Amino acid sequence: MLQRIAHFKLALICCLFLAVAACSKKATNNLEAGMGAAPGTEQEFTTVVGDRVFFLEDQSTLTSEAQETLRRQAAWLKKYPDVTVQVEGHADERGTREYNIALSARRATAAREFLIAQGVPARRISSIAYGKERPVAMCDAEQCWSQNRRAVTVITGGARTS
Amino acid sequence: MQIFRSPFWAPRFVAAIAILAGLMSLALVPRTADAIEIDVTPGNINPLPIALPSFLGTSGEAQELGANITSVIANDLRRSGFFNPLPPESYIEQITSFDQEPRFADWRQIQAKALVTGQAVMDGGKLRAEFRLWDVGSQQQLLATQFTTNPKNWRRTAHIIADAIYKQLTGIDGYFDTQVVFIDESGPKNKRVKKLAIMDQDGANVRLLSDGRDLVVTPRFSPSSGEVAYMSYGRGDPRVVLYNIETKQREIVGEFPNVSFAPRFSPDGQSVIMSLLEGGNSNIYVLDLRSRQVRQLTNTPAINTAPSYSPDGSQIVFESDRGGTQQIYTMNADGSNQQRISFGDGRYSTPVWSPKGDYIAFTKMYRGRFAIGVMRPDGSGERLLTEGFHNEGPTWAPNGRVIMFFRDQPGENGGPKLYSVDITGYNEQQVPSPGFASDPAWSPLLN
Repeated sequence: MLQRIAHFKLALICCLFLAVAACSKKATNNLEAGMGAAPGTEQEFTTVVGDRVFFLEDQSTLTSEAQETLRRQAAWLKKYPDVTVQVEGHADERGTREYNIALSARRATAAREFLIAQGVPARRISSIAYGKERPVAMCDAEQCWSQNRRAVTVITGGARTS
Repeated sequence: MQIFRSPFWAPRFVAAIAILAGLMSLALVPRTADAIEIDVTPGNINPLPIALPSFLGTSGEAQELGANITSVIANDLRRSGFFNPLPPESYIEQITSFDQEPRFADWRQIQAKALVTGQAVMDGGKLRAEFRLWDVGSQQQLLATQFTTNPKNWRRTAHIIADAIYKQLTGIDGYFDTQVVFIDESGPKNKRVKKLAIMDQDGANVRLLSDGRDLVVTPRFSPSSGEVAYMSYGRGDPRVVLYNIETKQREIVGEFPNVSFAPRFSPDGQSVIMSLLEGGNSNIYVLDLRSRQVRQLTNTPAINTAPSYSPDGSQIVFESDRGGTQQIYTMNADGSNQQRISFGDGRYSTPVWSPKGDYIAFTKMYRGRFAIGVMRPDGSGERLLTEGFHNEGPTWAPNGRVIMFFRDQPGENGGPKLYSVDITGYNEQQVPSPGFASDPAWSPLLN
């Protein structure tokens, strides 16, 4: 139940920040997927806990929403101590290549350090800086760039398969 | 490869025709008295009319090589923006003998200021390309040279001849016998495949040097053009990799615990300068390739990256956000005397020192637009050369006169292409590439 509430909250935050049309569809999908996700699986982590946090332009400060997501991630990771993760830092396309690599490293570091401060052992969390090389949203507008300025916690091992 | 050069007919009188002297000089430089008055504002320039009848050939094969060489020379000269190769249909005199003096009146009549005649000779399996450059007005021969080489090097021979003509008529060193290393891009924006690639500066002879499995960015030539340093997201952590073009060997540069990126060679080729990630910060280090000694040059809790040496190796220009936003800084090669040089509105990034030492080219971000510009090494005299949705990553031709960069097109199916522009901001040209292309780095003149 607690997880369901958390998820609804995530969906709400998502709608506030992203384009409404695109987002409500995504949230519905997440809800359906989340309802079917078995505990301790990668699916549960991405759809119920929330695998990513977003940043303001040229910033690596964790917003209160980002901190909430990371707290849920940390709680989940503490519940499943075999899971290892890699935090991927990303930047939007509105910057130069080298700087964006460094900026995305800052974002990955901010997310990783927050997880560690929440009690997740450092050795379970690696990080990588992708710069602007791997956008997820492709339009040339803030609604896409804001989705690309992100840190994504990717499970690299130890999750249950079903 | 070898191309032998021999002047076989010393110029009788090297008339330093000032046809282009005015055109060549920047707006800042005072014009010489005998120069033709030419306005160098963008889009309003009079390129020099030059006639390039097809090189004669002493055999079928030689004739074909001669024609190909002529078209590559004409293309080089036209793309430089300083020359207007006249259409062959307009030629009155048909050159039939390389050794005969041209009928200058015929060339004057079609407004040609300069004339190039030449011939290709196949001699024992070797190609001999000979050419003469004539000043039509004074009826003087300005240049006469021959090159002997393997026929498969005909393109390089053409570029070398074009460089000789360019230098003779402009007084500026040529840049046509050069290559560009860049990133070939394919596939959708969210799953771009990036391959290391090399081509001639005119877009010919594209060679892919990686298969696209590893994400690769920011390739840079060594001063000898024999090696390329780039960042690769290969196995494990991303690293700066050194690639030997001839042996095809790859080697990770240095043994660093963290991610290394943004490499460039020192002018003597003995060191690679780059950034290392340290948590959320990035600092600049230099690695001596022989002694493997590492030296830290910046030490601030900020992003310090995109370092580039001055041509004499005594200074380094780089970008840092230590003051709050991305700005350009210079320091001595030992890391001392770090000072900010960019003070305009907006953010400044990817500084590159001109091979002539006189300018620093950069990317400027201002109000959501991306420009390429130049400034003096002390930060004065800032000028933007091109501006738009997204222009990034300048690189210099070895003569310090032309800048190449990439321009990203908006749209879900858009992608980057390479462009070149004169440092006056005029003569912007797209550089042909097989697909999308980014992160160009210009080689020095080849040997």
